[in-house]
Formats: sequence, C-alpha cells, structure tokens
Amino acid sequence: MKKLLLIIVAVSIMAIPFIPGSLLAAETKGPIKIGFIAPLSGFSAQTGKDMLSGLELYLKEQNYQVAGRKIVLISEDTEAKPAVAMTKSRKLVEKDGVHVLIGGLMASTGYALMPYVDAQKIPAIYCIMASDDLTQRERGKWMVRTGWTSSQPSHPFGEYAYKELGYRKIATIGFDYAFGWEVIGGFQRTFEDAGGKIIQKLWTPVGNLDYGPYLGQINKEADAVLGLFFGAGALNFVKQYKEYGLKDKIPLLGGGTVTDEHVLPSMGDEAIGVITALHYSEAIDTPINKKFSQEFRKFAGKAASYYGEGPYTGGMWIIDAIKNIKGNVEDREKFLAALKSLKVADAPRGPIEIDPYGNPIQNIYIRKVERVWKELQNTVIKTYPKVSQFWTYNPAEYMKQPLYSRDYPPLKP
Amino acid sequence: MGVESKYRMKAAGLLAAIAFLALVPPFLPSYWLTILNQMLIFGVLAMSLDILMGYSGLASFGHCAYFGASAYVVAILSTRYHLGFVMSGLSGLFASIVIGLIFGFLVAHTAGVYFLMITLALGMVIWGLAYRWVSMTGGDNGIAGIPRPDVGLPISLDDPVAFYYFTLIVFAASFVLLHVFVRSPFGQSLLGIRESESRMRNLGYNTWLHKYLGYVVAGTFSGLSGVLWAFYNRFVSPMDVELTSSFEAFLMVILGGAGTLTGPAVGAGIIVFLKNFISAYTHRWLLILGGIYVLTILYFPGGLAELVRRVTKRWED
Repeated sequence: MKKLLLIIVAVSIMAIPFIPGSLLAAETKGPIKIGFIAPLSGFSAQTGKDMLSGLELYLKEQNYQVAGRKIVLISEDTEAKPAVAMTKSRKLVEKDGVHVLIGGLMASTGYALMPYVDAQKIPAIYCIMASDDLTQRERGKWMVRTGWTSSQPSHPFGEYAYKELGYRKIATIGFDYAFGWEVIGGFQRTFEDAGGKIIQKLWTPVGNLDYGPYLGQINKEADAVLGLFFGAGALNFVKQYKEYGLKDKIPLLGGGTVTDEHVLPSMGDEAIGVITALHYSEAIDTPINKKFSQEFRKFAGKAASYYGEGPYTGGMWIIDAIKNIKGNVEDREKFLAALKSLKVADAPRGPIEIDPYGNPIQNIYIRKVERVWKELQNTVIKTYPKVSQFWTYNPAEYMKQPLYSRDYPPLKP
Repeated sequence: MGVESKYRMKAAGLLAAIAFLALVPPFLPSYWLTILNQMLIFGVLAMSLDILMGYSGLASFGHCAYFGASAYVVAILSTRYHLGFVMSGLSGLFASIVIGLIFGFLVAHTAGVYFLMITLALGMVIWGLAYRWVSMTGGDNGIAGIPRPDVGLPISLDDPVAFYYFTLIVFAASFVLLHVFVRSPFGQSLLGIRESESRMRNLGYNTWLHKYLGYVVAGTFSGLSGVLWAFYNRFVSPMDVELTSSFEAFLMVILGGAGTLTGPAVGAGIIVFLKNFISAYTHRWLLILGGIYVLTILYFPGGLAELVRRVTKRWED
C-alpha cells in the first residue's frame, strides 16, 4: 500500500507543472498565434533548438507584438518523425487555433504536411525544409517557402567550379537520400552543361560516421571531390578526408551544410580551404547580418547557422505580412496573398522575393573556410545575386525533367 | 466480493467504455477526436502484439513490419494505381497475411531471445525495403496524399467523425475476434506453449504449427491496424516501420499488461495520450515517459492489469 501511495504522490508531483499551462491556454483569445514545429528531442534536437532560437530571437526583437496585437508562439516537438509532425500540426491548428504554421526540418515532413495545410487552409511557412519538388512538381497552395530548394545553391556552384575554379573532372560522395541526391544532382547538371564531367558518384548511409571504406574508393583522377553531409557526418568526413591524405592532393568542395556554422565551430584546420555554396553564411559582410550574428550568439550562446537564420527570416516574413494586412490574420486568403507577394530587403542573408512557384529568389554565396581571429568562418568569395530555383533554365522545361535522384542525372559514359 | 459480482463489475466497465467510445466523439473538438482515433488504431496493434507476447510468450521486436507493409501497400495502390478504398485496404491486409506466412517459417521454430533477434532482423528487412526501394516507396520522403474515398455508404469517410466510427467498428470487431481466438481451444494451446513448450509437445501437440498460426494471426491484425493508419494519417514513411515503432508497441503491451486484451488496448491509449499531451507542455517529455516505464517495470511488471487486480483485491480484503 505504501508503494502505491508513493507512486500516486510521484505522479501528482510530475503533473503539477502542466496545470498552469493548460489553464493559460484556455484563457488566450485575441492574440495572433504562431505554431512552430521542429525536432526538439532525438538526434536532430540541436538543429531544432537552433531553429527555435532563431524564431524566438526575432519575435523578442518585436516584443511579441505586431499591428497592435500580441503574438503567442506555441512550439511542438516532431521527434524528426513525419507522423508525429502531422499529429502535432493537427494539435496546433485544430486545438490551439494557430493562424500560421512555421518550421519543420525533414523533407518527408514537408511532403506529409502539404495535403493537410491545403485541406485546413492554413498558411505554412517552410523556412528550412528544402526538398525540390515542394515548390516544383508537387506544389501546394497554402505553403510558402522562405528557405530554399536543395539544388538552388548547387546550380551556380557547378558553373563556378567549372568556370572559375577550372575543374574538369569531379567525383562526388554524399548521404544517400533525397537531400543528398538533389544537392549533388543540381551540381552535376550545371557542371556538365558547362562542359565538365562527373566521373564517380559514391553514396553513404545517412548519419554514417566512418568514411574509410569510401575514401579509399575515390577516383584519384578527379580534379576535386564534392561532398554532402551534415551534423556529425560532416565533422567526421572532413576530418577523415585529411587523415587519409586526400586533402593535399584533391581539393574538397561541399554542399552548404558540410561547413555550415552548426558544425564549423567544432572543426579544426582540416576544414580550412573547403569551398561550399549556400544561401547564407554567418560571415556575410553586411551591417544587418553582423547585428543578427551578434544578437543570435548572445541569445542562443552559439554561432548563427543557417538553421538559426532560416526561422529568424521566416518570423520576419510572417510579421511583415501581418503588418501589410493590418493584423487581420483571420482573413486567411488575404493573409496568404500577403505572404506570397512579400519582398524582404533586409534579411540577414540578403534580399528575398518569392517566385510564382512559391520559392525564394535570393543570393547564393560561394564560401571558403578561413581562419579569422582564431575562429573558422565561411568567407564569401563570390555572390550570385537573385538566383531562382530553376537557375537560368526555363521553369516549364525544367519541370519536365525528372526530379534529381540517386540515378538522375546518370553518370555519362 | 463473489465471482458473479466481479463479472458484473467487469461487464459494467466494458459497457461504460463502449458507451463512451460510441457516444462522446461527435461532441469532442476535432483535435481530441483524431487523438482518440489514433488510440484505437494503436490499440489494435498492441492487442495483436499481445497475442505473441502475452498469450504465446514470444517477444517480437519486429511487429511493425506488418503494420508498415500493409500501410505501404495501401499507400502505393491508392496513390499510384488509384485503387478504391475497399480494394487497397483488402490488398494491404492480404500483404500482411502473405508476409506472415513467409516469415512464420523462419521464426516459428525459435523461442525466447532467438525469436526476439530474428523478428528484429526481419523487421529491419521490411524497413530496408521501405527506405531503399525508392522508385516504389519514395524512400526517405515517404508517400503522401493517400485518399480516403467513399465506400459506397451514404456518408463519406473523409469526415473525421465518420472515419472515427469506421475505426471504432474495426477496433470492436478485432477485440471480439481476438477475444474469441484466445478463449478457443487453439488459444488455450498457445497458453500451454507459453507455460511449457516441451510438455505440450509431449502431450502430442504440434507446437510448431500452433506457433506458426499464432504468428500469422498476430501479423494479420498488425496489418489491419496498418491499413487503418495509412487511411488515417494519409501518409506513410520508413519511420512507421522503424525499430522504435516496434519498440513503442512493445511498451504499450508492457504498460497495459501482457496476457490480457484490454490491458494493451488501454496501454496504447495511455501512451498515445501521454505523447501528445505531455509534449505540449515540456520538451523533456521523454524523461517523464521513461520514468513511467521504469516505475511500471519496477513495481508493476504485470502492467496496469496487475495494478487493477491488486487494487480490487485490497478492496475485497
């Protein structure tokens, strides 16, 4: 009996923190509610927390107020599982009554959510989820992407590698899933259109940590190697690339996440000289970005990565759109139109506008890792202004081609 | 309290649960309705796993293979080949039966830890297919936009309330069927195998065949919940087939109490509720869920069912 009592007491104590929360939630009426989803537990929790910090920082700068209305931010953990993301979004939309959804990390979450937000007619801001087809062959009406498509930075990068770096033959290695295929596929298309040739494509499981077996296979005739990893995989790959003696023989290029600031502070000299492409770098030399970077470091206690900048700018997007409709978010069609027609000139990453397919047209930065004042940074060595997701191709023609995949574009004989 | 009044209490509890599940939902806010719906779906999954864990004494770590395979078959047939609700649903169910018949050959002669390992491996095979057979399953991206078409009834299942009742009927039917199954002489022989397989063999039972059929039945009902899940969530991804999903089903059974059908169904309900409720208030919700598991294992290894038994016994004393 004592044990039973003990358990009842323990459970009741655990329940106490939840009571005020539920009472508060019932009281709120009137403020504008923003629903945020991201993985806040599990292996992607750090990235999810960066995302949340970015959004919170922007809302804090606005004092959680816009157009005379208060803003309430409700965040939910997706565990990096699309099914959980669905359940949490249902909760945010149907129970909490949020006016707009923002967040999401995994591409699969993006695909899973789209039919739901279209059915519920709730504007959803995709500030990180980058799967190409979300704004290409399988677009939805109620989704507004303020992030990027995976292949968007790769297109100018492929051309840059051929024309300015002078490479002719490149071998690629990357995580074997949609994001990897799209980043590498986009590079292959423009690099080969310019006249270069991809001579080898290696794929590793997502989250792989030991690259020894793969590094040994790399074709030594390559002028450069293009890698695509993130998180611990990126750390290990860059490190092992040097340990295997490849760094001094074959220069290393990468997708933007390889040296993104979510991993860069943990890297050492092995990363110096790696060239990557992305729509953001913490080292972009503008007053707006410098201020953002400082504030983010103060707020979150770590470097501002693209995972922090994405939701920060996403928050800016929402607030600016709400200002344009004078706070009347209840008129959802108008709200959506305001979100889609917005142009932001002063995001940390630079000016952004949305193309007719719902994807940003924005600057793409070619970055090179350098050590400045003891700290590694992604120094911008070239800026491609106003890059569209279709690069210089005709959108209709582009979408007739298949989506980049493991086997597309194929290796040329 | 006599045996008769005990039965009366049980029947009253069951009636109250049925009345609640049947009458309240139309008045629930849509969010809670979807949560309740999810509870019923995972209830079917947990009950099917209990056939193995509780009644046959075989702990499976790959039970979501059937759940996921059926969900994928539904998703592929209904989005790519535009098969109707009935046809794709039945095909999904059929798929889990076929897989059960095949995998059964590989697992039915094992027991204990070997059974656990081989079901885990087979579960990973299905996961690998879902993840790597990209042209068919969409790989990591999963398959979205599963339609929920009419079934020829006057009401469309697109409506959440209608779909809830559809799930409820399937759940109730599964409950009754599984109840009959475990009370049947066949189900009793499974219990016998759980207690002592060698003795059952000496008594002349073909224990391999019994385990084989029990495994197929469990897989079929797991597949049934997968069919419901595909139509409910309208999205499938490799995460549905993952080891963690199988493990979650495992914990539902443990929490509710293996060896009773009501227990795992309630356990599934509680875990779905906790996952969605606690996580809304704290990001440390996994810690609380973990704490509940530890407390269960330490104090009530028989799960909630044992807790209820103990409490009623105290009442009697």
